[in-house]
Amino acid sequence: MGKIVIHHEGCKGCRYCVDSCPRELIYINTEQINILGYNPAHVKDDPEKACVGCSLCAEVCPDVLIEVYREKKGAKKEHA
Amino acid sequence: MQKVFAKPEALIDTTFHFCPGCHHGTVHRLICEAIDHYQVREKTIGIPGVGCGVFLYDYIHIDVCEAPHGRAPAVATGFKRVLPQNVIFTYQGDGDLGAIGMSEVVHTANRGENITVIFVNNNVYGMTGGQMAPTTLLGQQTTTSPYGRDFQTDGYPIRMAEMLATLEGVAFACRVSLHTAAHVKKARKAVFKAFDMQLKNMGFSFVEFLSACPTNWGMNPQQSVERMEEEMMPYYPLGTFKERTAPDYL
Repeated sequence: MGKIVIHHEGCKGCRYCVDSCPRELIYINTEQINILGYNPAHVKDDPEKACVGCSLCAEVCPDVLIEVYREKKGAKKEHA
Repeated sequence: MQKVFAKPEALIDTTFHFCPGCHHGTVHRLICEAIDHYQVREKTIGIPGVGCGVFLYDYIHIDVCEAPHGRAPAVATGFKRVLPQNVIFTYQGDGDLGAIGMSEVVHTANRGENITVIFVNNNVYGMTGGQMAPTTLLGQQTTTSPYGRDFQTDGYPIRMAEMLATLEGVAFACRVSLHTAAHVKKARKAVFKAFDMQLKNMGFSFVEFLSACPTNWGMNPQQSVERMEEEMMPYYPLGTFKERTAPDYL
């Protein structure tokens, strides 16, 4: 089980994270426009705890805006 | 919960000026992760050439010296000879390294200078408005090849990693891509390897990244990632072309 945090302010809406998420938990919020003038990526509500903290979204984010958290059990070392 | 992924320490907490879908930010992050991993932030000097990567000093917490167009390997040679304890890397695009700086990089590699060259290959001159580069694919339309690149007048795209791998002074030459998360992970290993080679005084290390330039390709980020997979990767095969295992190679 995991959790991601997206910093919307720097997001340029390239959708790389949307395409990379195997659980389809990320979407582009067309209701919101951030300070750069783009529709930023948001995380969907995750009541079933589908996110496993695989970090694929964070790996592909060209602006390094995604933080990934994961339960301690079986967690890899940071930047390993 | 434990934080398993965040910005590397060496990366300055600011917004990149790059276009949406550009892979320069990913390359910056991988370099920062390597700097953090080997704990060399205080003795690393980055030398960007001219191109979109020129604002390296705004994004990485290291010393940076700007080089004239294409001359980054020559500047890096000077730095490494004066400061052999420091980690020196250059950050160049394909217009910088493949065109105007071809002579510098070939001779620096041939001398086996103990530096790392990061080469971002996106098929066009990105910063100046999408002109044809030496790495532009045949048939690709750019602002200076509006009917597509023709080999009879413009020659063929240059494969830099393979070319440098033939030189005796090169310790490590490889090509990686950035279009999927799996490829980014492989790219990270290549960058770590290149920095490791330099720290072990093995010689010249070279990493070529295939990256997207959606703005100058006239595509959206999704189409440009597909283009990388379908058009770039068949012409520019990924892999390690040379890897030295011992510093005394003669």
